[in-house]
Amino acid sequence: MSSNAKDLTDLKVQDELLFDGNPTFGSVTEDVSRVVETKPGRMWYVLFGISLSLTLMLFSMVGYLFWEGTGIWGLNNPVGWGWAIVNFVFWVGIGHAGTLISAVLFLLRQRWRTSINRFAEAMTIFAVICALLFPTIHVGRVWLLYWVLPLPNQMEMWPNFRSPLLWDTFAVGTYFTCSLLFWYVGLIPDLATLRDRAKDKLSKMMYGIFSLGWRGGNRQWQHYELAYLVLAGISTPLVLSVHSIVSTDFATSLVPGWHTTIFPPYFVAGAIFSGFAMVMTLALIARKVYNLEHIFTPKVLERMSWVMLLTGSMVGYAYAMEFFIAWYSGNEYERFAFINRAFGPYAWAYWIMITCNVISPQLFWFKKFRTSIPLLFIISIVVNIGMWFERFVIVMTLSRDYLPSAWDYYSPTIYDIGIFIGSFGLFFTLFLLFLRFLPMVAMAEVKSVLPEADPHHGGSH
Amino acid sequence: MGLFKKLPGVIIAEFDSTGSLLHAAEKMSEAGYKKYDCHSPFPIHGMDKAMKLKRSPMGYIIGTMGLIGMSGMVGLTYWTNTYGYSMVISGKPYFSWQAFIPVIFAITILLSAFGAFFGMLALNKLPQLFNPIFNSDAFAKVTNDSFFVSVESHDPMYDEAKVKSFLESIGGKNVEVIKGE
Repeated sequence: MSSNAKDLTDLKVQDELLFDGNPTFGSVTEDVSRVVETKPGRMWYVLFGISLSLTLMLFSMVGYLFWEGTGIWGLNNPVGWGWAIVNFVFWVGIGHAGTLISAVLFLLRQRWRTSINRFAEAMTIFAVICALLFPTIHVGRVWLLYWVLPLPNQMEMWPNFRSPLLWDTFAVGTYFTCSLLFWYVGLIPDLATLRDRAKDKLSKMMYGIFSLGWRGGNRQWQHYELAYLVLAGISTPLVLSVHSIVSTDFATSLVPGWHTTIFPPYFVAGAIFSGFAMVMTLALIARKVYNLEHIFTPKVLERMSWVMLLTGSMVGYAYAMEFFIAWYSGNEYERFAFINRAFGPYAWAYWIMITCNVISPQLFWFKKFRTSIPLLFIISIVVNIGMWFERFVIVMTLSRDYLPSAWDYYSPTIYDIGIFIGSFGLFFTLFLLFLRFLPMVAMAEVKSVLPEADPHHGGSH
Repeated sequence: MGLFKKLPGVIIAEFDSTGSLLHAAEKMSEAGYKKYDCHSPFPIHGMDKAMKLKRSPMGYIIGTMGLIGMSGMVGLTYWTNTYGYSMVISGKPYFSWQAFIPVIFAITILLSAFGAFFGMLALNKLPQLFNPIFNSDAFAKVTNDSFFVSVESHDPMYDEAKVKSFLESIGGKNVEVIKGE
């Protein structure tokens, strides 16, 4: 009995931190559904217009790329992997925070995650869509993309399962599918809420179809909870495996500066770091635009900044360790690669990376920076810039490899830049549609962590 | 009738808190009802025990799917590298399984996820877009902030008057009879 009493006090203390203003089940439904049920403000239309225009730019540039070939990018002979790979790794990395929040923190029973989980998981899916775009268009002859799949064909050829590029296909494909299923399973009860509140015929029908006839009976919840738990469980290793496999694209090659064993853990830490920064950026915008200050509370934001401080420090450690090992290895090429990174033609990018990724998260040691909304917003954007530059710095190692006669400098063309910016357009278009039509906070989950949700609350039992 | 089985009617009663619903569930299972359910906006801790439900077989479904994925992918990498399209790459044996772990792992996870998703839908008999229970206006609150017990008309102990008075006796309010169709 004493353990039970302890649980109860624990629950209360935690929940006071979680949501401001003592919400009830009804007020949670109301607050979250209101966003979807009312017409969006002018701000939404402006943002959507901009994003959609950028998406159209993306599609037209990609169309031109299909017509003309990857020569329209700034690719040259040592740098065969240009911005496309930089952007791929950047977007996949962002996705990882969503999975960490929705799966790992769920298994660790971190109840503060409930308010940001739906949101972060949506971000994962849209980020992975953007990520998948880049290798797809980088193959050049996109109509032969199915060659990466093990399909019987008239040439009797099979893919090389030893290739990290093929591992990517499987890892990222699985990651996308699992994230989508996990997200959708979480959405079912909330879509049922919207179905039951819907006024007009069209939304009744659409939410009705997508909520699959959910009745909220415990005989349904029983299987549902187990499915959710298992999906969280199997998404957890994906947080570690997907970016590890992405890092093997680099690490299994024989390029100095890439051929290192630190890559998998270093990439995973970087992925979570950048992803939390992106969740932070989006959450700060959404809480402002939709007045959800009491759901995305400063406490939640502060905890997110702790995660950024931790992973940012890990990334900083990895940068230092790479340098140390380059020196300690005694390998001339390896040493040159790192001296060249910090002091060569791309030194500007290297120092942007160091400033944004190593120095800026250290500000989170101070409470002022963890609790000030404008400062959090600025740092979260700075970190995202830094993490893009990290991948840029890594890929640009290619520009000076073994043979000085082969050296070259990579300059992006308007298509490199346009397609990258366009991918942000695609990301935000999808995200704004999500905010418009789907509940951005997992209502059923938030309700289940309110004190009233405990059957023993207030001694009614 | 014809192609579709007739869906059973239900009697529903409203409860005001998780505690009272849990209490009602205990009473229902004690009284020996079989075809009843306790509806809530979110899963309630301890409800499976109160309703005396059997353990969900989800684990077996997911485990089987995962094993199918794993063995299928081991088989595919083995066959393609040994017979289908065998090539010596960096002097390794044809079936150098260490290099195949990432794809085997990915497909194991993928099929387990399908098992979890489709297994859950199958066990819950979803999608089932219509159910007579949706004819009740009060029941729409179940996805918001209300709690219900429902008893289906093909329960062996079903008797309209008796069920109604039983639901009222365990604290149910606004008892409502919904016809099957």
